[in-house]
Amino acid sequence: MAQLICKDVTLGYDGKPVIEGLNFSVESGDYLCILGENGSGKSTLVKTLLHLHPAMSGTIETGDGLSPNEIGYLPQQTLVQRDFPASVTEIVRSGLLGRSGMRPFYTKEEKALADENIERLGISHLKKRCYRELSGGQQQRVLLARALCATRKMLLLDEPVAGLDPRAMQEMYELVAQLNRDGITIIMVSHDVSAALSYARHVLFIGDPLFWGMTEQFEQSSAAGHFIKGGMKDA
Amino acid sequence: MLDTLRMYFAYPFVRYALVVGVLIALSSSLLGVTLVLKRFSFIGDGLSHVAFGAIAIATILGVSNNMVVVMPVTILAAVLLLHTGRNTKIKGDAAIAMISVGALALGYLLLNVFSKSSNISGDVCSTLFGSTAILTLTKTDVWLCIAISVLVIAVFLIFYHKIFAVTFDETFSQATGIRAGRYNLLIAVITASVIVLAMNLVGSLLISALIIFPALSAMRLFKSFRLVILCSAVMSVICAAAGIILSILWSTPVGSTIVAMDIVMFALSWAAGKAAGR
Repeated sequence: MAQLICKDVTLGYDGKPVIEGLNFSVESGDYLCILGENGSGKSTLVKTLLHLHPAMSGTIETGDGLSPNEIGYLPQQTLVQRDFPASVTEIVRSGLLGRSGMRPFYTKEEKALADENIERLGISHLKKRCYRELSGGQQQRVLLARALCATRKMLLLDEPVAGLDPRAMQEMYELVAQLNRDGITIIMVSHDVSAALSYARHVLFIGDPLFWGMTEQFEQSSAAGHFIKGGMKDA
Repeated sequence: MLDTLRMYFAYPFVRYALVVGVLIALSSSLLGVTLVLKRFSFIGDGLSHVAFGAIAIATILGVSNNMVVVMPVTILAAVLLLHTGRNTKIKGDAAIAMISVGALALGYLLLNVFSKSSNISGDVCSTLFGSTAILTLTKTDVWLCIAISVLVIAVFLIFYHKIFAVTFDETFSQATGIRAGRYNLLIAVITASVIVLAMNLVGSLLISALIIFPALSAMRLFKSFRLVILCSAVMSVICAAAGIILSILWSTPVGSTIVAMDIVMFALSWAAGKAAGR
């Protein structure tokens, strides 16, 4: 059974549908890239997958041992965070809170798990540093470590390379690919087509018409031809 | 000078004032860090003006204990402001400004039209700038203040990590199953309680100072959330105690003296921060 199944989902705000008839599923260990132009409804889809925004119709089910709160999420950065006084450790540990219930402190095991994820992303030397002093790429690693504290199974990345310089961007893609090889399911929202084509196993294209399938099929589909050309020009 | 102080501290009302002042300063500084980071610096201003309006109404209705009217009205306003701040047509800052000046104007208007008191401007002035009321506290006032402060501090300690998470990244917290809405509500309710308490101390025009100055000073100096909170609490307590003692010695208004201390502390922190190259 798949980890995530969307059946006939319609998404929208205030009764106005933005995306209609959305069907796709994500298997364990998959790497799905969600492509689409700005305003196509990608962010709405992300919010719905995270259960922050209800779907207008259709069903979204989780399975294969994945519970709805177990999707690790890497959000786009907000303005508030850019000047927030917080150490790397504090931020990474906050990813554990979903599982700690009402308990007002972290257990030893939880702290160890946070340290493990900090190590895994190669930011141990930054543990005590202040988040706002880090580079864009380092900040993304911190948020990714936090997301890993919330899940062992699935990561949902919303435009993870937005605002990064080319080198940091490349490192980010490699890092995500490595996590995927370690068995974590990846769903990545992006408008960087070339990266999607070289890393993703499946592509979900939000546009007219919708497309969901293997990456190779997407490259050949005429429907996406125009978007790819446009996207290539941007990149 | 010490002798003068010893003489003053022989009076219970001076000791009450000090205890209450320190507790209020502590509670408001804890909340302050969160509110400043959530871009709600002006909530103190807005809510205290709402409380002022509520006091006006309570006075006109002849309610003997103002708290009965003031507390619920202020809490309601806090919930409305903090809760609906995000997706409404009137954005957070505009909503706060609107409610703030609106309540202030209506409160003053009502007092003028209906009040039986002969010294309206005196009453208004003491509500706005704090009064010697802090020096005339009864035992009940002191206990009420201690109870609410202890509650605020306890809530803050118990939910410290969650408050951090919700302040830093509300969307992420929600996605991992933290009920961010509930914590926002909790923050709104305790903010309102602290503000109503603090009105006795510094008056409704200066409450924002108690909330934002310690937080901003601490942020000049420290870079982790925990240290910023601790430093903000310590600074706030020092400023409040120093302000109260100096105001007794120099016979200055309590509220403005405390705020003046906070300003001095901010200037020092800013300079220290600059010197350390931050």
